[in-house]
Amino acid sequence: MSERAREPAIVPRRKLRVATASLAGCFGCHMSLLDIDERLVDLLELIELDASPLTDKKRCGPCDLGLIEGGLCNAENVHTLRAMRANCKILVAVGACALNGGLPAQRNHIDVRDCLQTAYLSGPGVERGFIPNDPELPLPLAQVHPLHDVVKIDYFLAGCPPSAEAIWQFLTDLIAGRTPVTTHGLIRYD
Amino acid sequence: MPTSLDTAANPEALRRIVIEPVSRVEGHGKVTILLDAERKVQQVRLHIVEFRGFERFIQGRPFWEVPVMVQRLCGICPVSHHLAASKAMDQIVGATRVPATATAIRRLMHYGQILQSHALHFFHLASPDLLFGFDSDPAKRNVVGVLAAHPDLARHGILLRKFGQEIIRITAGKRVHGTGSIPGGVNKRVTPAERDELRAPLADVLAWAEAGVRLVAELFAANRALYEGFGTVRSSLLSLVAADGTLDLYDGVLRARDADGGILFDGVRCADYGARIHENVRSWSYMKFPFFAELGPERGWYKVGPLARVQNCDAIGTPRAEAARQDFLAQTLGTIQHAPLAYHWARMIELLHAAEVIERLLADPALLGDELTATGARGTTGVGVIEAPRGTLIHHYEVDADDLVTMCNLIVSTTHNNTAMNEAIRQVARQHLDGHEPTEGLLNHIEVAIRAFDPCLSCATHALGKMPLAVEIVDAAGALVTRLVRDAEAL
Repeated sequence: MSERAREPAIVPRRKLRVATASLAGCFGCHMSLLDIDERLVDLLELIELDASPLTDKKRCGPCDLGLIEGGLCNAENVHTLRAMRANCKILVAVGACALNGGLPAQRNHIDVRDCLQTAYLSGPGVERGFIPNDPELPLPLAQVHPLHDVVKIDYFLAGCPPSAEAIWQFLTDLIAGRTPVTTHGLIRYD
Repeated sequence: MPTSLDTAANPEALRRIVIEPVSRVEGHGKVTILLDAERKVQQVRLHIVEFRGFERFIQGRPFWEVPVMVQRLCGICPVSHHLAASKAMDQIVGATRVPATATAIRRLMHYGQILQSHALHFFHLASPDLLFGFDSDPAKRNVVGVLAAHPDLARHGILLRKFGQEIIRITAGKRVHGTGSIPGGVNKRVTPAERDELRAPLADVLAWAEAGVRLVAELFAANRALYEGFGTVRSSLLSLVAADGTLDLYDGVLRARDADGGILFDGVRCADYGARIHENVRSWSYMKFPFFAELGPERGWYKVGPLARVQNCDAIGTPRAEAARQDFLAQTLGTIQHAPLAYHWARMIELLHAAEVIERLLADPALLGDELTATGARGTTGVGVIEAPRGTLIHHYEVDADDLVTMCNLIVSTTHNNTAMNEAIRQVARQHLDGHEPTEGLLNHIEVAIRAFDPCLSCATHALGKMPLAVEIVDAAGALVTRLVRDAEAL
């Protein structure tokens, strides 16, 4: 697959440090990670969680592995992605949105003005509607992008979401120093 | 608008503290706090910072795609969106009476969803604050810390969630983003073998659920002054109730109470939600601010979700959860409990209720029937309302003669709680931050109040914002990657 994958296997003498992030996704890939059920206890013996929606570490530090679900829909997503790339030795795009924008990319063929008006001006029951515009809100991108449009991605895990089995197989391969192989049945494009 | 801390008079002169991202919740939110020179809090806001645009891009899609598309709003409660959309589309295909088997399978799916989501929220996300303390070591204040300090509790949480997810897998086809529910019914039977597989762990599930209720009740009793006062703000309540007034999370009529428990409206058909609920927009959040139309935006905001539901209903129709509800009500001597931290207690009561309902459904012969769908006179408007884990979820569609969606309006659970969450963190800021140098531990107090509502911020980001004023992002080689857009004309 990548150059990294051909590097010799090293059995980790310390726990691997892993960051996870959900960008323009639905948290479903994180749910699928949790769907490894009891094996979560085993996994947490082998890894240390860095920044993640599951912890209170807000910024990604130096990590062995970064798992990212969701595509890019605003400036904050791009910033988070770049910080993850800068800090993670291996970066993985997890799930349909990270791979190709996924369902949020359905807006890509629609004019933003049109979308705006639907949500904030002409929605039934909206009183005194206008478009939110505070500087605290990150700038939206004109289109939703997959992660590899902006940074190099080392591995791609397909699926909406990838199954817990696929995620487990991938992580255990990587932790053991093997080149991750997701075989037939573990790859799906739903 | 609601209170003094909503908008500071002179924001540019104040010191800005930001909590970003709000963690151990689903989705993307941040909090900004403005302090003056004496560290007096002047403004507190919870911002929902992402947008999606579902309401617009659903337009033009065939209606039968919608239950599968819209569940991608949220990976934690996809079933709620899947079923709310299906219930709306039942009206499009004219299924005025969905077959009993399909209803039983959908209900099973939904209560499985409630159970797994409540378990996830409490055991995986929120419990570290309650078990270790709001200002405990942030490195251990997470599910890994719970596993180390309370391994049985954490394991039971994992297994409760697994049970709910397995129900969803069997009824919907897969655990996240299944396809089991369709306009007019469901597309898959439940076999006796599948039913038996789900029955096997029931005794354990009920025991773990009861232990969860006990744990939260004990935490509450041990810290009563803190728990009852923490971020507490009075407001109205909204939820579905069954026709007989009991708790029903799948179907029913809309009921609202004022902050003292008096009925504001009751028996309102789901299709008439639009006459009761209007929405406002604020410049600083992509999440809209709903309110009861008859009371207006100043006074008409309300809470939804477990805390609203267990107090809005007349009773819970399963014995263990009703007994737990009576214990809960006894704490406030019949007055309405408004404390955000009481959400956790109510959530555990609902988790127990869900386990009991699942037990009943698995014993119901209708679950194994063969009649899965119904159709009738074609409709053009569908409104589906369901009680998602986090509260009332409203899906409203119009469909044209070519079967394409022409209008979509979504009011998701977390959106209903928008003002309540903002007011709760303002209250916490007054109680705990005012005059102090904000430390990590103090700032986590703000997040504790947000987490109590179990917000699902992806759900709440379906709306799409802003009009173009372009900024361009280029990659390292100088090639254009994308453009950022900023509204130039909106105000």
